[in-house]
Amino acid sequence: MMKIQILGTGCPKCEKLAANAKKAADNLGLNYEMEKVTELNQIMEFGVMSTPALAVDGKVLVVGKVPNPAELEKLLG
Amino acid sequence: MDWKAEWKPLFWIIAVFAACFFLPVEAPRVQSAVIESLYLVKWYAQEHVLLCLVPAFFIAGAVAVFVSQTAVMKYLGPKANKVLAYGVASVSGSILAVCSCTILPLFAGIYRMGAGLGPACAFLYSGPAINILAIVLTARILGLEMGIARAVGAILFAIIIGLAMHFFFRHEEAAKASTAPVMGDEEEGRPLWQTALYFASMVGILVFANWGKPDQPTGLWYTLYAAKWWITSGLSLALGLMLATWFQLGFPRILLATIPALLSAIILPQHPELAFTFGVVGLSVLGNLKSTRDGEMGAWFSESWCFAKQILPLLLIGVLIAGVLLGRPGHEGLIPSQWVESLVGGNSVSANLFASVFGAFMYFATLTEVPILQGLLGAGMGKGPALALLLAGPALSLPNMLVIRSIMGTKKTSVFVLLVVIMATISGLIYGAFF
Repeated sequence: MMKIQILGTGCPKCEKLAANAKKAADNLGLNYEMEKVTELNQIMEFGVMSTPALAVDGKVLVVGKVPNPAELEKLLG
Repeated sequence: MDWKAEWKPLFWIIAVFAACFFLPVEAPRVQSAVIESLYLVKWYAQEHVLLCLVPAFFIAGAVAVFVSQTAVMKYLGPKANKVLAYGVASVSGSILAVCSCTILPLFAGIYRMGAGLGPACAFLYSGPAINILAIVLTARILGLEMGIARAVGAILFAIIIGLAMHFFFRHEEAAKASTAPVMGDEEEGRPLWQTALYFASMVGILVFANWGKPDQPTGLWYTLYAAKWWITSGLSLALGLMLATWFQLGFPRILLATIPALLSAIILPQHPELAFTFGVVGLSVLGNLKSTRDGEMGAWFSESWCFAKQILPLLLIGVLIAGVLLGRPGHEGLIPSQWVESLVGGNSVSANLFASVFGAFMYFATLTEVPILQGLLGAGMGKGPALALLLAGPALSLPNMLVIRSIMGTKKTSVFVLLVVIMATISGLIYGAFF
């Protein structure tokens, strides 16, 4: 099971990233759970400064931008 | 009946009923306050939305898409040159912090993983005050010198506050985060000069479309005023050329998108706003074509749209509330002008201090500080205290202080708040003495 984490304090961009990531993961048919990390200190633990960011199993894959679902599919696949 | 659960709606129903029952609609002050707020909204809608806010949204959207955060954060990372870091931190708010929710993560990042406490505080202080939308609206509504004072004051005092924080806590090592910062990949972009020209054309459009009529019908300013729509059209043409070539949109599409604006300019030259509106619509369509939607044009449009969606409702509510409470300049709202004048009139230390403290604790939604301040100024607030409020207000608020506290602790937060209040008071005093 994959753990996809969306890091961000809850601005519209983070919502967009979460939606895009969900779409990508569903398209790939992945077995995953999604978690939103909104607590700033926790976000810092990932080493992320510019939100939104996306981490898979603790590894940061996207920082400070919102890729479209197709790009996310490549990253997640 | 489960009264444990039902008392809340009952309470609200009674409260709303009582408010309606005793609603003082017949009081002349209330009536005039409501009318005032409607006048104020109308004035904003007529004067500031089309030519000022709309292009500003497009610029803010472009900043979010085409300016790489990663490139800027390089200068604020752990290996950053300390002197350079202060300078970069104090000005980078204008391009990084267009959205207020990105300020806090960047602040926390600079503090815990990057250049440290001083630059982090400099960034936190100047960020909200010098973002592009805030400066444009401040300069347009509160006057050019207030806009400039806000930007310059914010940058200057950001450096001083950052240095002071660094000095006070120089013996304390920040609790560094356990991981090194993860920087995003820098994308292969177009050359810097192309991006710079692209931004310059948009800023030019914004500036010249809003060029105010000078008092005397002579001189350079007036010549520029008389030619403002020609200049604006020229800059729009330049922007169109850049979009056609560097942004690979191609000339046929650009031509099609500009035809409505062109026709409107030829048929109704006395209404340049109409041509301007068609131009904006054309540009928006270009960002939403099937072939551009997923590319940078689409991203640019959706970012701009995101800002508009986020900020316009807040601004409308802010203008309405400011209008009800304070009225237009020269008219009274619900709050009597004497109150405002006695608290923050003139340029005394107490007036400046009060404005700073009030600004520091009060929460201003994005940009709403501008109409509120306009109302306060109209009701007799001094210009010094107004700047003090502008400098202390957006940088701090009670909820924001709580988040900062969770990052750097109570002691540092208190010192920071204190420094902001003192600095805002001093800059208010200085500005009030000159203007």
